[in-house]
Amino acid sequence: MSTASLTRLVDCDIHNTITAEALMPYLPKKWQEYHREFGRRQLPGDFYPKAMPFASRTDTWPPTGGPPGSDLNFLRRQLLDAWPIDIGVLNTLITIRNQEREYDAAMATAANACQIAEWLEPEPRLRASLLVPFEDAPLAVAEIARHGSDRRFVQVLIPSRTSLPLGQRKYWPVLGAAAERGLPIGLHFGGWAGGFPISGAGWPAYYLEYHTGMSQTFQAQLISLICEGVFEEFPDLKIVFIEAGLGWIAPLLWRLDRSWKHLRAETPRLRLKPSEYFRRHFWLTTQPIEEPPEPAQFTAMLEHLGMNDHLLFSSDYPHWDFDSPDHALPSILPAGVRQAIRHDNACALYGLKTN
Amino acid sequence: MTKHVVGTVAEIPPGGRKLVDVAGRSIGIFNLGGEFFALRNRCPHQGGALCEGPLGSCISSAGPGHYEMSRGGEILRCPWHGWEFDVRTGQSWFDPKGVRVKNYEVAVVAGKNLKPPAPDLVPGPYVAETYPVSIEQNYLVVEL
Repeated sequence: MSTASLTRLVDCDIHNTITAEALMPYLPKKWQEYHREFGRRQLPGDFYPKAMPFASRTDTWPPTGGPPGSDLNFLRRQLLDAWPIDIGVLNTLITIRNQEREYDAAMATAANACQIAEWLEPEPRLRASLLVPFEDAPLAVAEIARHGSDRRFVQVLIPSRTSLPLGQRKYWPVLGAAAERGLPIGLHFGGWAGGFPISGAGWPAYYLEYHTGMSQTFQAQLISLICEGVFEEFPDLKIVFIEAGLGWIAPLLWRLDRSWKHLRAETPRLRLKPSEYFRRHFWLTTQPIEEPPEPAQFTAMLEHLGMNDHLLFSSDYPHWDFDSPDHALPSILPAGVRQAIRHDNACALYGLKTN
Repeated sequence: MTKHVVGTVAEIPPGGRKLVDVAGRSIGIFNLGGEFFALRNRCPHQGGALCEGPLGSCISSAGPGHYEMSRGGEILRCPWHGWEFDVRTGQSWFDPKGVRVKNYEVAVVAGKNLKPPAPDLVPGPYVAETYPVSIEQNYLVVEL
């Protein structure tokens, strides 16, 4: 593997910001007025005060005055051109807030239209995740149908904190519509979680606890999606965990497999071990990558996981826990593995072609 | 080791900083209450432009509800991930022995002493003889 080939890069988690002002022209007049008059609800318990304003690197505020991620030219300069990024996947975080369902749907539709016009059309290196009002299955399925054939949308975006565990049947029409069109579900950290604390033991006091607790939300979704038999119902469904971390997964699967052997009769629809479903149906982005004290421990972590062909490089630009393409993957990893994580796996999953 | 003139004392007030390029390296020069310190402008973590980050205090706690703030304006936080470094030493706060950013000595040299012959001095952007008026100033010299 030559060093030159390591210059190829797909970044699977870039956050473009669509401000309310930018969204307005794409909203129907009725919802523009609703938005001005009533606006969006707050998220209970979600937004812990973060050390960095806008949860962003302090050097990512564009000179044009908007918030980080709102200026395509600046994003080009600071990310796409600064590293040899062939393709970047946008995950814009317009959180669906469980208000009037048609308002949620209108916000998602407007954001998708805005992404096409202002991000995907002018910048061919970009792809985007499709926003849907995922708590209302018929409206979400309609949004998937609207854009399902536009391959610039590479997945359907759902936050990791849904109001019920994602494997429950309420969400099946959304999962099925995505699977039918070959679109993975990109499960990105965040969401309002129906008002539940991020922890299984109540509300933590510090952002450090909240940030470390991100993986708890994915643990709940992993267990739910597998135990509910979702992958028997939708054998083509693919799930991408975005910003979930990696290190916790193998031990969780060991525990889940062990308990499944004892309790198998409770979930008779599962034909495979839980870990087999996971390794077939799940992909994982890298950021924020674990930084074990010894490089050999990093290698061991990937060996335990056994999913080197399902790992996807992500930077999380412009957020403060950004991973640099130069440093996220330790050089102890063989060049072939790094090449797969940085480029090949994403191309295979999303059907991307880089030059 | 070569000496490089990187600026004048007057242009970096206390609490201020200046980013300079010296021999291909980006370096931050800081003025802490009249003392000058230089750090490599590259975080040892993931390469962020460390010297462009905010300067703050060292906060410590001896127990619940107790907070001590010290070293105001002397702790540099990386703009990317917030890793903290002591501007005076380059040591990180969380692992002072294991993680540090390269630092350099900064000397204050009177303009008249910068005049040739000074064979070990590489003229920087503030070569003294091109500014005859300011030859009485004090200059900042970094050696690396």
